[in-house]
Amino acid sequence: MQQQNNILTTSRGEPVITIKGVYKAFGNIKVLNGIDLEVFRGENVVVLGRSGTGKSVLIKIIAGLLKADKGDVFVLGHDMNTIAPKELQLLRPKIGFSFQNSALYDSMTVRENLEFALVRNKPHLQRSQIDEAVKKVLADVQLSGSINQVPSQLSGGQTKRIGIARTLILQPEIMLYDEPTAGLDPVTSMEINKLINKVQDEYKTTSIIITHDLTCAKTTGDRVLMLSDGIFLRQGSFAEVFNANDGIVKDFYDYNFIN
Amino acid sequence: MNSDTGKAASAGLLTPLKNFFAGIYRLHVFMMQFFKQLFLPPYEWREVVNQCYEIGCKTLPLISLTGFITGLVFTKQSRPSLSEFGAASWLPSLVTIAIVRALAPLVTSLILAGKVGSNIGAELGSMRVSEQIDAMEMTATNPFKFLVVTRILACTLMAPLLVMYSGCIGIFGAYLNVHTNELTSFRTFLHDAFSKISFLDLYSSFIKSAVYGFTVGVISCFKGYNAANGTVGVGKAANQAVVISMFAIFLEETVIVQFVNSFLR
Repeated sequence: MQQQNNILTTSRGEPVITIKGVYKAFGNIKVLNGIDLEVFRGENVVVLGRSGTGKSVLIKIIAGLLKADKGDVFVLGHDMNTIAPKELQLLRPKIGFSFQNSALYDSMTVRENLEFALVRNKPHLQRSQIDEAVKKVLADVQLSGSINQVPSQLSGGQTKRIGIARTLILQPEIMLYDEPTAGLDPVTSMEINKLINKVQDEYKTTSIIITHDLTCAKTTGDRVLMLSDGIFLRQGSFAEVFNANDGIVKDFYDYNFIN
Repeated sequence: MNSDTGKAASAGLLTPLKNFFAGIYRLHVFMMQFFKQLFLPPYEWREVVNQCYEIGCKTLPLISLTGFITGLVFTKQSRPSLSEFGAASWLPSLVTIAIVRALAPLVTSLILAGKVGSNIGAELGSMRVSEQIDAMEMTATNPFKFLVVTRILACTLMAPLLVMYSGCIGIFGAYLNVHTNELTSFRTFLHDAFSKISFLDLYSSFIKSAVYGFTVGVISCFKGYNAANGTVGVGKAANQAVVISMFAIFLEETVIVQFVNSFLR
């Protein structure tokens, strides 16, 4: 490994996210206990784990929404511990974040939700270009007909798609998905999984997918990491992780479904 | 054992006190952040106008009703006492002084705290707990500037206008009562009403309305923006936004009245 411009590089290619020895606690509750992770350009990494194991905290630290108590976090070469607010402002559009509950702005229509980010980040765009960008991302998530609806008129799966579209409109390099299939029926979940893969292919994104849904992990993950007690218990391909005869991993598998 | 009990008791008393002062400090930091962000570009003018409409125009019906009733009822209730001393002719000036100096700013601001304060507290609170504020941050938009600065500014700008409007409606309510009883013309009523009003009365009323509007804006935004613990937290934020705003308005009224009276003397 060699260090170049604060980025650790390996033979696997260029890492876009590098995390070393990250700790995070909320009061007396320790959530992350020295996490190490490298995510390479173009790959989909799935972080699996039970509720409350710190999966969402991990991606919020990567996104700069939370600060790590200890450890190094590098995103696209930027040290997230020391990054200046203005620099973070410039980095943010390169990181797409799909929130667990989509977090669409209730008071705005789908069009306004999508335009909100675009207008602020690319003020030079003309009306026709904005319209075109909105139409394109809506077509990508197959919801062109919902352009004038408000979030309360959309179903759970549709709000997830619009949430993803809202991040895609800025053409991010990194996508962070927080429980993308939580609360969805199996068919809609599979549609979201396909969308995640489509985003990886068409937008050339590097993604971290936080989930406890094994179908999602199997369908979308190039690499799967199992988070337990604040550390990564296992990592590898889906088969490698679940073929290992580990108690916690086996329990997770047995209680989920698949067999 | 006894010293342990004593320590526990003093800790029990100290904790709420500590929390109170910590809250005051956080509010102070929040306010400083507002003044800093207010002057830094980019400016969200469109959202300020939008909030002025939400806060100003949508409050007009309620302000109209309360302003009118306050003027009418205050005149009606004051009449018997003044008539007893043969001073019913003082009614227009008495009522106008009361409306301009105290009733219009106070009643309007309390309504603003109730309607707008609860609205802001609940809206920002639900945006916080549903991660909409985080989502805004992720799109490189400064949520403090877009959500907080615009609302506080709109409250501060709209409150004096609403107070002026409420005062006019209140004086009109007073006129209706006076006209019904004494058949006084509107021109004579206005002449009598404003004979005792000084520039300082209007000026202080205008300034304190802006202070009350700012208070409602800051406290409501502070409570909503820092809401936590899901829907319970949203309810608590909305409730505290109203209660603390009202408490602060009464406190400020007491201080401002002392200050203005010292000038009048």
